[in-house]
Amino acid sequence: MRTGGLLLSLLVLAACMPRDERTVVRFWAMGREAEVVSELVREFERENPDIRVEIQQIPWTSAHEKLLTAFAADALPDICQLGNTWVPEFAVLGALEPLQSRVDASEVIDESDYFPGIWHTNVIDDTLLGVPWYVDTRLIFYRKDILAAAGVDRLPRTWQEWEAAMAAVKAHVGPDRYAVMLPLNEFEQLLSFGLQQDDPLLRDDGSRGNFSSPGFSRALAFYTNMFEQGWAPRMSETQISNVWDEFGRGFFSFYVSGPWNIREFRNRMPAELQDQWGTAPLPGPDGPGAGIAGGTSLVMFRDSPNKDASWKLMEFLSRPEIQQRFHAMIGNLPPRRSTWEFPQLRADPYAQAFRDQLERVEPTPQVLEWERIVQEMRLMSERVVRGGMAQQQALRELDARVDTLLEKRRWVREREVEADSAIAPSGRPQSSADQGAVDAR
Amino acid sequence: MSRVAIHREVGATRWSAWAVNGALVALAVVALAPLLWMLSVSFMPMGEASGFPPPLLPSAITFDNYQELFARAGMGRYFANSLMISAAITVGALLVNTMAGYAFAKLRFRGRDRLFQFLLAALVIPAQVAMLPLFLMMKGMGLVNSFGAVIIPALATVFGIFLVRQYARSIPDELLEAARIDGAGEMRIFFQIVLPMLKPVLVTLTIFTFMAAWNDFMWPLIVLTDQTNYTLPVALAALSREHIQDVEMMMAGAVVTVIPVLLLFLALQRYYIQGLLLGSVKG
Amino acid sequence: MRASTAGWIFAGPALIVLGIFFGIPVVSALLLSLTDFDLYALSDMSNLRFVALGNYLELLQTPLFWKSLGNTAYFVVVGVPLSIAVSLGAALLLNAKAARLKGLFRTALFAPVVTTLVAVAVIWRYLFHTSYGLVNWALGHIGIAPVDWLGDPTWAMPTIILFAVWKNFGYNMVIFIAGLAAIPEDLYEAARIDGASRWKQFVHVTLPMLGPVLLVVAVITVSGYFQLFAEPYVMTRGDPLQSTVSVLYFMYEEGFMWWNLGRASAVAFLLFLIILGVTTLLLRFGRRRELV
Repeated sequence: MRTGGLLLSLLVLAACMPRDERTVVRFWAMGREAEVVSELVREFERENPDIRVEIQQIPWTSAHEKLLTAFAADALPDICQLGNTWVPEFAVLGALEPLQSRVDASEVIDESDYFPGIWHTNVIDDTLLGVPWYVDTRLIFYRKDILAAAGVDRLPRTWQEWEAAMAAVKAHVGPDRYAVMLPLNEFEQLLSFGLQQDDPLLRDDGSRGNFSSPGFSRALAFYTNMFEQGWAPRMSETQISNVWDEFGRGFFSFYVSGPWNIREFRNRMPAELQDQWGTAPLPGPDGPGAGIAGGTSLVMFRDSPNKDASWKLMEFLSRPEIQQRFHAMIGNLPPRRSTWEFPQLRADPYAQAFRDQLERVEPTPQVLEWERIVQEMRLMSERVVRGGMAQQQALRELDARVDTLLEKRRWVREREVEADSAIAPSGRPQSSADQGAVDAR
Repeated sequence: MSRVAIHREVGATRWSAWAVNGALVALAVVALAPLLWMLSVSFMPMGEASGFPPPLLPSAITFDNYQELFARAGMGRYFANSLMISAAITVGALLVNTMAGYAFAKLRFRGRDRLFQFLLAALVIPAQVAMLPLFLMMKGMGLVNSFGAVIIPALATVFGIFLVRQYARSIPDELLEAARIDGAGEMRIFFQIVLPMLKPVLVTLTIFTFMAAWNDFMWPLIVLTDQTNYTLPVALAALSREHIQDVEMMMAGAVVTVIPVLLLFLALQRYYIQGLLLGSVKG
Repeated sequence: MRASTAGWIFAGPALIVLGIFFGIPVVSALLLSLTDFDLYALSDMSNLRFVALGNYLELLQTPLFWKSLGNTAYFVVVGVPLSIAVSLGAALLLNAKAARLKGLFRTALFAPVVTTLVAVAVIWRYLFHTSYGLVNWALGHIGIAPVDWLGDPTWAMPTIILFAVWKNFGYNMVIFIAGLAAIPEDLYEAARIDGASRWKQFVHVTLPMLGPVLLVVAVITVSGYFQLFAEPYVMTRGDPLQSTVSVLYFMYEEGFMWWNLGRASAVAFLLFLIILGVTTLLLRFGRRRELV
């Protein structure tokens, strides 16, 4: 009797003990995306009962540090959301798992369905290291009523037309208001103009600065001119109390910004102005221009012990219907053309300009040092616009500074070339030509 | 509290009393106001604190923010982490620093004083200098993201050793000599004679160590990479970036972080102040 | 001798911990600062180069380094005297014979010191919010237009200074109280008999007698204020326009954002040398005035 009871209780105990034999996929996501994606993930877990997803939310402001620290500590997760300008960095670190073979075998992920500029941000040295998750770019938000009142009857498609429109608006609104808002603490506007040029931003395989080129000089001149003409105020974002209020007040009529502002404007614009604003693609030197191929990708880490399960999650999140639901929840724009065909996105008038712009986005140079380089670029532009520095001199100094930043990259590359030419190929990928703004549009 | 001062006019006395106490009240208000506001806001319904004009008192006391904090933001875990780490550091550091402080005060060994001066000189080096290589060292030891990485380096501090040494110097040598002559071993002398005599400074050291461990921010920020291991200050800093709009919840988080050390201080402030003086003003 | 080995055994654990987890890292930091350890080296150690004093020379040519040094110097030069003045003032008040409820006041004034810096920095950030912070609302009542405390480059560092003073004045106040209590009453008597006013008594009795204490407080506060980090990290992240980037914040960014550990270690050492230099000057000044 006693042994029977003991046996029974042991069995009961064994049965009651929670045994989780499911594979755990650790997924790091940033900001609001992390909150929203956890809902989508429930469904994934239902479809794949043997997989459990653990989401860790990381604030954007410390994401870069956390990821690098985790790399240093060998504590990276299985998959992660990675800003696509960070992909080159992690590529150099050798942290990312190549995905081309998986993509080729996949029925869900169809390379041709993605906007090419966006897809290319994930291809470093001819190796595919990530799958785009959502996209981000900059284009024009504008006030229809003010433009109409100023006599601008067509949306500008070239730089020349845009300058004419801005002049007309400025003449209409007077000395206390402006035509366009280009916050001096942001680099995206000047960068967009730079990417619209034929000259790449870096030369010699991304190892030297090319900002003194005729192309970028034109971009800087165009940018600076807007301030000199008085069309744009020499202000940074912190100097305006509230950018949405000011847009509503007509303090400026053109605003170069990103997709999140669709939602913000919808929420914050007063009722009478709700149909008085719109979005339009960026004008370029000779016609609709290129833009920044921004956004985030889903990447898998090389040291992950659960690659197949992680890949299933990546495929799940790349399904058009899942992407559409993701968009509905958070407003981030999908990277696949087929997702854009869903009624909600198709019918969204503001999103359509983004759809158009996304066909013409260009990746930024895929060098590890890019974050620093773009900050230097912004500082240079501020010196020119606020400080009155001469443009050519500023560009030369920027190039000198960038060359210094890239010195280590040159040295590492030289060593690789030497090593590869001395012995049989070690398998380390060779650099390919810099990707910025070279491909024909 | 007797008014012994000899003044020419009674009016002047009363005025100076008003002036002095008035100034003290004003200063106390300035010192406490942010903390009281923190407490008040933590009980406000969501969104109320961002109203204009900013409210001083909650319209209705609600525990929602605390609930939100513990249920959704996982504050309970961070509190537990902080508690565990601070307690471990306190217990460990107490033993290590007391033994060392006693040794530097009372036990003779070659190069003792030279070594102590060297340690004092090390006080000038900012701790941040060591943090980067220490991180790499922790990585090599496989300790990154573990509590051990936070606890072990904190087990010995020059300040702690200095504090104990200052106090231990007042132990009469004859007492120790007598015990040695009686045949007692050094360990026994330490635990049975010295420690009881060191009780006041031990209390002080406990408070200092616990508070420093509880409030420590930069090193845990660097070495604890996984959210589940965060201590309260690190979690609060991370939350404050995410939930910058949720004033009320942030204040509840601040309350949870600040209240334990504040209470500890209130209970044992006498010892804390004593230790502060002992450590700062060369006796 | 038993006592001698006992000495090593008792001091041993502390010395081991300090040696391994402080001593070795400090020496390594010095060595790191002589290399160009960065992300390339992190991925592949063969990418590490020995650059001797290269990092230091480069830093001295980096505008942001000088800016961070300037910001930190601003913080020290304004913050330290302000902090000492407030602490001394509070100590004098508490020491005055007319003061009542001394214990209570002392506790209240000391409370900010023990609070967690991150928590109160978060509180401060809300209190000083441009639109719905209490501070601007109160200022509005006396007719001052709202100030963008943390968004305006002119006001961001003063706000941080104010915060640091508020947080720490209690600490020095306690030290000053002890110092004041040690001044013999007869000195004041003698001065009063000679007809000295309160102010003259302060200048000619209190201050000189407090000399050594003032020096200690100055050294502690200066060396502490040079290590400004948590406040910019929590409240401003170095913005606006990098006006609140302190030297340690710059080091943190170099080291943990960009992973240029070589340069970051060089920054840390430069800071150490600066603190050492300034405190040595202070002590020498004190020695000359016979305060030590």
